[in-house]
Amino acid sequence: MKFLKALKVLALSLPLIPMLLFGSGKVLVLQGSTTVLPIAQRVAEGFMKRHPGVEISVRGGGSGVGIAGLLDGTCDIAMSSREMKPEELQKAKEKGFIPEEIKIALDGIAVVVNPKNPLNGLTISQLREIYTGKITNWKELGWRDEKIVVVSRDSASGTFECFNEIVLKKEPLTPRALYQASNKAVAVTVSNTKGAIGYIGMAYLEPKVKALAVEGVMPSEETVRKGIYPVSRPLFFYVRGEPKGLVKEFIDFVLSPDGQKLVKEVGYIPVK
Amino acid sequence: MISNLRFRMKRIREKTIEGLIHLFAFGAIFIVLAMLFFLFREGGVIFRVTSWKNFLFGKIWLPTYSPPQFGSLPLLWGSLMVTLGALLWSAPLGIGLAIYVAELASPKIRAILKAFIEVLAGIPSVVFGFFGMVILAPFLQSVFSIPTGLCAFNASIILGLMALPTITSFSEEAISAVPHILKEASFAMGATHWQTIKYVSIPVASGGIFCGVIMGMGRAIGETMAVLMAAGNAPIITLSFFEPIRTLTATIALEMAEAPKGSPHYHALFALGAILFIISMAFNVIADLLQERWKRKLG
Repeated sequence: MKFLKALKVLALSLPLIPMLLFGSGKVLVLQGSTTVLPIAQRVAEGFMKRHPGVEISVRGGGSGVGIAGLLDGTCDIAMSSREMKPEELQKAKEKGFIPEEIKIALDGIAVVVNPKNPLNGLTISQLREIYTGKITNWKELGWRDEKIVVVSRDSASGTFECFNEIVLKKEPLTPRALYQASNKAVAVTVSNTKGAIGYIGMAYLEPKVKALAVEGVMPSEETVRKGIYPVSRPLFFYVRGEPKGLVKEFIDFVLSPDGQKLVKEVGYIPVK
Repeated sequence: MISNLRFRMKRIREKTIEGLIHLFAFGAIFIVLAMLFFLFREGGVIFRVTSWKNFLFGKIWLPTYSPPQFGSLPLLWGSLMVTLGALLWSAPLGIGLAIYVAELASPKIRAILKAFIEVLAGIPSVVFGFFGMVILAPFLQSVFSIPTGLCAFNASIILGLMALPTITSFSEEAISAVPHILKEASFAMGATHWQTIKYVSIPVASGGIFCGVIMGMGRAIGETMAVLMAAGNAPIITLSFFEPIRTLTATIALEMAEAPKGSPHYHALFALGAILFIISMAFNVIADLLQERWKRKLG
């Protein structure tokens, strides 16, 4: 009898464990792209302030990891800096749902040079030749005899990933490239190196560096939003089917004027 | 009866405290061992993806391409190059400074210099890195008319500054510890102050001085933030100090945050950490042995 009683108590207290772990119980898990991470974090803070008692956990790992988590049910929202691949969609169908894609922000990458550089624009193929080491002197691009100092973000960052895909088309970067750990560090390096060229998230543009037009288009909120600036990409949330309940509330908040203001604050371009 | 009880309580308390201290001591050892185990286990996995020959002697580090290339030689080369560059100037300067502080300076100047060295040791590495990136880099660029000031030369200057306090304080301690009788004997033989320094103080203190230099080397090779900011981080093998280079530490710092957990890239970074550990461990062991020998010689 005693044993049965103990078992009953144990069984009844089992649901307590997640509650102990996650506080008040209402938990939303976001996982995926590190590029989207700052947005999710800031928006989650804003959301939790407005909805006390809701716990939001935001995890990185990369777009692929986030989508895998969505498929396995270990997260509620997958953050992604790319569209879902056909095989991922197929897997979702096998699991019995159609993922819903929500575009939450846009990301533009500005190509920058030192203000002393008279050049105003480059084409994508010129950029690729610079970054893969085929063009090494500004002379070849119509400026004076000055070595090009190629500055890149570290090869694990989301900014690099985007630049790599759109500009380099996955060709390897020249080994002579300098690597910097942040957008800010790239901007500082370019601003005090005459022959430098670099790329940074648009939010980090400052007067100390000069943005170049790419394929004749200057990077701006407008050109990115219209889709005519080439080095840009949309950022997504993916959810399992039609968003409901807390997930829906959260997504509505991201897309609301308040949420989009937070998107802008962390340096991305609002979609609305 | 009561006093007996009190005595026993006291004993129990003492035993408990003793036990706790033991626990802390062994806890520290356990944590170190666990970290090492983890480092080598996570690092070892990379050899399932690439051979150790390719990893240690490969010349191309492109961890995020397909197929990825994990050649760590440029990184090792970069680490050794800036460490050597740093010691080349900071070792003579540090030893000279130590001789001056220990033998020649008046008490007042000695106090001022020692305070300065301590301040130098206390500056956070990110401040050194910032200095290298924002002030030194543009300066080097215009003075040597090189394409970029973020290079091995810049990093060597910064690392030398950071190793200087270590080298100086170890050497100074060693020189100050030279027994007075030896020096007095030298003076009594009619030797000048300089001759005494050259033929008595320095040879006797040489073990401690070497130890300081090696500790400085350990400081330089393990430094991360400052080199990350000052060295430019291009993974190339070069002999020129005016080219950007990338160190082991900078690579881990640059890439660890966004390497997917469990990927070959992640394990490769752990393996870099293991290499770094082996190098700095070797430095520490050498320094310890030197110090031991030197102490025995003096004792």
